[in-house]
Amino acid sequence: MSGLAAPPLGKDLLGLEPLTSEQITLILDTAEPFKEISERAIKKVPTLRGATIVNLFFEASTRTRVSFEFAEKRLSADTVNVASSGSSVQKGETLVDTARNLEAMRIDMVVIRHGASGAAQFLAERIESNVINAGDGTHEHPTQALLDMLTLRDHFKRIEGLKICIVGDVLHSRVARSNIWGLKKLGANVAVCGPRSLLPNAIDELEVEVFDRIEDAIEWADALNILRLQLERMQGGYIPSLREYNRVFGVSRERLERAPRDVLILHPGPMNRGVEIDSDVADGPFSVILDQVTNGVAVRMAVLYLLSGGKPELAEMAKGGGSR
Amino acid sequence: MTAAILLRGGRVIDPSQRMDAISDLLIEKDTIEALGTNIDVGSRDDVEIVDCAGRVVAPGFIDVHCHLREPGREDVETIATGARAAAAGGFTAVCAMPNTDPVTDNQAAVGFIIRQAARAKAARVYPIGAISLGQRGEALAEFGEMVGAGAVAVSDDGKPVASAHLMRTALEYARTFGIPVADHCEEPTLAAGGAMNEGLVSARLGLKGVPNEAEEIMVIRDILLARRTGGHVHLCHMSTHGSVELIRWGKERGVNVTAEVCPHHLSLTDEAVEGYNTNAKMNPPLRSAADVEAVQQAVHDGTIDVIATDHAPHHYDEKEREFADAPNGIVGLETALAVNMTWLVATGIIDLATLVEKMSCAPARIFRLAGGTLRRGNVADVTVFDPDAEWTVDPSRFRSKGRNTPYAGQKLKGRVHLTVVDGGVVFRQGE
Repeated sequence: MSGLAAPPLGKDLLGLEPLTSEQITLILDTAEPFKEISERAIKKVPTLRGATIVNLFFEASTRTRVSFEFAEKRLSADTVNVASSGSSVQKGETLVDTARNLEAMRIDMVVIRHGASGAAQFLAERIESNVINAGDGTHEHPTQALLDMLTLRDHFKRIEGLKICIVGDVLHSRVARSNIWGLKKLGANVAVCGPRSLLPNAIDELEVEVFDRIEDAIEWADALNILRLQLERMQGGYIPSLREYNRVFGVSRERLERAPRDVLILHPGPMNRGVEIDSDVADGPFSVILDQVTNGVAVRMAVLYLLSGGKPELAEMAKGGGSR
Repeated sequence: MTAAILLRGGRVIDPSQRMDAISDLLIEKDTIEALGTNIDVGSRDDVEIVDCAGRVVAPGFIDVHCHLREPGREDVETIATGARAAAAGGFTAVCAMPNTDPVTDNQAAVGFIIRQAARAKAARVYPIGAISLGQRGEALAEFGEMVGAGAVAVSDDGKPVASAHLMRTALEYARTFGIPVADHCEEPTLAAGGAMNEGLVSARLGLKGVPNEAEEIMVIRDILLARRTGGHVHLCHMSTHGSVELIRWGKERGVNVTAEVCPHHLSLTDEAVEGYNTNAKMNPPLRSAADVEAVQQAVHDGTIDVIATDHAPHHYDEKEREFADAPNGIVGLETALAVNMTWLVATGIIDLATLVEKMSCAPARIFRLAGGTLRRGNVADVTVFDPDAEWTVDPSRFRSKGRNTPYAGQKLKGRVHLTVVDGGVVFRQGE
């Protein structure tokens, strides 16, 4: 593996659809040594010292932004957060102008969260800096899927052959899309379960199994990845009420207890307790929701490291302060 | 100043008189004077002789659907630049849609377009008036006065007529004046927020899709209303397999329905959107391969009468943005012939005579316009093109102010050589 001419992930991380299974596995493997840094008393290594990173968030986000920021800071990068409110974006500046202005300040990487599908790619094609997609519209959220997969791999020691069901609003979910691509590439069996009005019409062509009943999904699955139900879906007329959603698709302890095996519970957050997931499930023994959050930092450190040109086999050394 | 033009030795294709033969064509002032082999102009020195050997001589193309943006967005196109782009594309006449700013919904606005077109001295420009005041879909515009001022049809193109009652009334009222209602078929609640065709590609890209049914529901609604009223509905930019079947259904029952399709719907699928290419964003959206095949077949079998461009120039900056926020539409006047030649004629789906029928004869007949024929005594609107010439699309060379085309850099077949309007040359290749 040594002496790679091209960076192993290319310039940007825009989604999991364009990645190979080897590239995805490489990110997960690279995340392993970075996990330990966050367990130290002094959570900092000099790996990205001198690198400047802009976290460009056009949509409100706490978890993802903080996770990226910790990842950057623990690698000693200099980071700036730009949120859409208060920035020139609010004054009508276009995305391309915003990006060019940032780049004119000689930055190395941009982490972008944007409400429009394709925004990360749009940016990546127009600037020299590395671009990491932190969620673009209803397209992809690759680092979320990577941390989901890392959590699954921690628990099951494999991805291949696992049965993973994504539950809820697949139609509008970038998390769902990234998970579908990533899991399938690593050989998992992927299913979705939710009201048909919240599944893409072309779901069959995505080659995933579809369950109309959550009971059937629970019976089938090794793990459920339960998506957040956006409240605006109700206003948009996709479902009649949150109450009915909970009764028909909510993941409850009663439903899980009828499963033939223990079902691992993932949720990308933030949760609507009592809507898509009941509290005793979220806080229950099979929930790995907080492990996901912990893994998020390690996965993002791995992505930053690899995109910055770090050699995969040197990741172990990097955490000790080695070269970039 | 030459008084006459002799087009010598071309392959004259004129479906209006079932003609496809090597022939000379003599234009005297503004009129087709003679057709025949070895026309002798003797020693006249006021005749320009154009060698047309290996070229096709056809009645001038007529585009019944374009957006020239004036008044309102003169920064992206004017009637003059649009008329010159049309001439460069072999069009001797175009119909300008009324979604200008202000909307072309009254006789004064129609008169303005007529005057600007006369000044341009390029392709003819026929105004289309709005169906409803301000294209708001509420009250009918004054069709009678607009027709009096020169409008050739009415349309709320760009905006669907949501009210079935208003469409019914428009069809009835338009019938009074003998004009078609050009219909933008889009069920607004189904299409709301949509950015591309609904299908696998939209599911993958995370873009909201517009299902085929958004078009088809309005197609059948308005075919039924045309049947009820006897009015003439002209269905714009048909894009789906289902629409073709519904048009066939209407025509079999004698409904006064005609239909057009755009070159891009005959050549590209929604896969062109891949990579969030905003130059592949239009309304109706690029559809599936099965839809493309169906509309191609419908051109061949006559279900679709006309090929029209839906030429829609936009400023570079407007397309240079997030896909969902980018405006719909592409320029088409200067690529239409080559796209049709490349995807329909070179592939054997239609022959050259059918192409000329769809781009010239049928538009003239359906919209009751001058041209569309090379019969002796008719107005001299003529297009000469090289059917085999290959060229690479370079948007920077367009006469149109618009550069937004998905064909940039593509090598296409079929190139305009000469465009004659009213007996005068308005475009010559290489000038």
